[in-house]
Amino acid sequence: MAEMIPPKERMQREQVLMPEQKPQERSHNFQEVPLGYTKKQAIYEAQRCLQCKNPKCVPGCPAEINIPQFIKKIVEEDFAGAYRDILKTDSLPAITGRVCPQEEQCQQVCILEKQGKPIAIGRLERFVADWARKNNIHGDLPQVRKKEQRVAVVGSGPAGLTCAADLAKLGYQVTIFEALHQTGGVLVYGIPEFRLPKSIVEYEVKEIEKLGVKVVTDFVVGTTKSVDQLNQEFDAIFLANGAGAPRFMNIPGENLNDVYSANEFLTRSNLMKAYLFPEYDTPIKIGKRAATIGAGNVAMDSARTALRLGAEKSYIVYRRSRKEVPARAEEVHHAEEEGIIFHFLTLPIQVLGDNKGNVVGMECLRMELGEPDDSGRRRPIPIPGSNFLIEVDMVIDAIGTKANPIVARSATGVKINHWGYFMIDDITKMTTKEGIFAGGDIVRGSATVISAVGDGKVAARAINDYLVLSKSMEKRF
Amino acid sequence: MYKIIHKEQLHEIIYSMWIEAPEVAQSVEPGQFIILMIKEQGERIPLTVADFNREKGLIRIVFQIVGKTSEELSTLKEGDRLFSFIGPLGKKTEIENYGKVITVGGGTGIACIHPITRALKEAGNEVISIIGARNKTLIIMEEEIKKASSKLIVTTDDGSYGRKGFVTQVLKELLDKDQSIKKVWVIGPAIMMKVACETTKPYPVETIVSLNSIMVDGTGMCGSCRITIGGETKLVCTDGPEFDGQLVDWTEFMNRLSRYKDSEKRSWDLYQEPIHSCICGEGAK
Repeated sequence: MAEMIPPKERMQREQVLMPEQKPQERSHNFQEVPLGYTKKQAIYEAQRCLQCKNPKCVPGCPAEINIPQFIKKIVEEDFAGAYRDILKTDSLPAITGRVCPQEEQCQQVCILEKQGKPIAIGRLERFVADWARKNNIHGDLPQVRKKEQRVAVVGSGPAGLTCAADLAKLGYQVTIFEALHQTGGVLVYGIPEFRLPKSIVEYEVKEIEKLGVKVVTDFVVGTTKSVDQLNQEFDAIFLANGAGAPRFMNIPGENLNDVYSANEFLTRSNLMKAYLFPEYDTPIKIGKRAATIGAGNVAMDSARTALRLGAEKSYIVYRRSRKEVPARAEEVHHAEEEGIIFHFLTLPIQVLGDNKGNVVGMECLRMELGEPDDSGRRRPIPIPGSNFLIEVDMVIDAIGTKANPIVARSATGVKINHWGYFMIDDITKMTTKEGIFAGGDIVRGSATVISAVGDGKVAARAINDYLVLSKSMEKRF
Repeated sequence: MYKIIHKEQLHEIIYSMWIEAPEVAQSVEPGQFIILMIKEQGERIPLTVADFNREKGLIRIVFQIVGKTSEELSTLKEGDRLFSFIGPLGKKTEIENYGKVITVGGGTGIACIHPITRALKEAGNEVISIIGARNKTLIIMEEEIKKASSKLIVTTDDGSYGRKGFVTQVLKELLDKDQSIKKVWVIGPAIMMKVACETTKPYPVETIVSLNSIMVDGTGMCGSCRITIGGETKLVCTDGPEFDGQLVDWTEFMNRLSRYKDSEKRSWDLYQEPIHSCICGEGAK
């Protein structure tokens, strides 16, 4: 067992960096970029934790993980205990340990952040989850009596999986309906292998299934069965189908052959494994010069995927400046290391094609920043007459997503807002129809994996409250 | 699930299969499609539903060998299972009693107009069906279409069966002769649908086409199937697959169908290349 170290030493010690694949190597493969802590590194990092009496990190975590407690167990080398502590509230630890923006959540409020070296909570979480997986350590099965009530969860992304796991732990009979042939939603179709290996998603889904959750794939709620039909068969429904519809810029040339939505590009590569073509049957365009429009995490994923597929040049084209980039700093840093070229203050106004529909270039305008807009960021304004061409042979639109209407169309009485997202009550998390709840991106619009996890947790509690109440009403009348 | 219950070869390169998919069969309506995968490494291919049996929980698909996946699908036997089978997808055909209507099918499009034709007739329409192909052997499902419609006219390009010529010639004659025809459905190869729309343009009829775009998920998530309809971008999978043919940007549609031509060819060539793995040493050369 490693020892706790004196507070002074904890404050002095630097954050342990996580080893990574070298940029020039990894830009040609799809293997994971950060390699994870070794046991020694994890303990060394965990020893830095001040074990605050009133930890700020815990309220900073939408997954409600008891962070100081699991970190303490790392120091004690009780990794299995640490894993079980995390699993109590987070059913997807190897996933959240990788893709959470910890720098904006638990790590941002860490006392040591003031010195610029917060505890690397995400890396520690990842270490614990990876260690448990490799050492065949599993969470405890729920020790509650099975309840008769049945809950349908629509969508198997982070919100749906979390809600299903939490409800199963309470004894409910939960069935997840997934439209695709594989479980995981955005975790499998959206996030690339080099950021989140698909075998890990598969593993954590299997662990959730062990809790008694039933997963039905190839089932499109909205067409295979309507929400109304499910409402007849289940006592409650959680709608977590994501904001999976692509958004385009609506500029001329956008329907040319080699213009992709990020959703299509990433789905082909990630879910369908087009990067292994022809071993896998789904094809994908290998551009020589690929332009990705937008600068969020999905844009970084797209540009880095294009590079790995074999693009000689992979650009990020963004209408604002570096300061406004919405992607995680780590992702931008990784992208730059790998040689992604950033065109800031650049607005595409037209995609140019040849007579066969192939992309040959993109016409853009230069922008300058004006007064702040509604989002608080300085509004980009086109500079008249600044038109210029970027020579590209493929374009990827990564400017966000919007609501997919097919679930909502089949849900009588469930109201959507102007953008097509479900409206829910702030307190009950219920939609405008009794017994039907919603969360994740189909309520928030495009957000993060961890906010979806948080929504799943909150919804599970709300559904439990609702079902407990309706059961007691049943008895009374 | 997804067991192949019945398989029939309709032509050298055209096959019909009845697939066990009770939930899909329960909710499918004419005009909708499914997406299937043969195996985990396979691609997702959309196919318009050719028929369905709700009681037995079966969906019929008809496909022509046009590449690796369709060729591999044709090698599966009765009793084999598909890896994935998703549906029904897309909007259903707007079936009403219009009065007198025409349904036109070309190639495997003949299979696609089958349930639409049947439903239109059941709704009280007088349905004239025109089916056509290059030659006699490529005319499929003639008996079924005959049964589903009020009248059937068959054409072949070479005159080896039925009337010699194209379906569009018959279509034009019918529209010239009979002003009371309200609506036309045309399903077939892109070029046939395009020419049919040019044919019907001068007449006061609505022409509905069913587009067979390249798709991935088929549920409105990826945008691979998008197409300009009357100046607006639409998704074939969730806004279609049926559209007013006069509004379709056919050049764009045909360009987008060829997006993966090179990869598709490479994939098919590799599949057809005999694998030589015995110990004679030839394989190493």
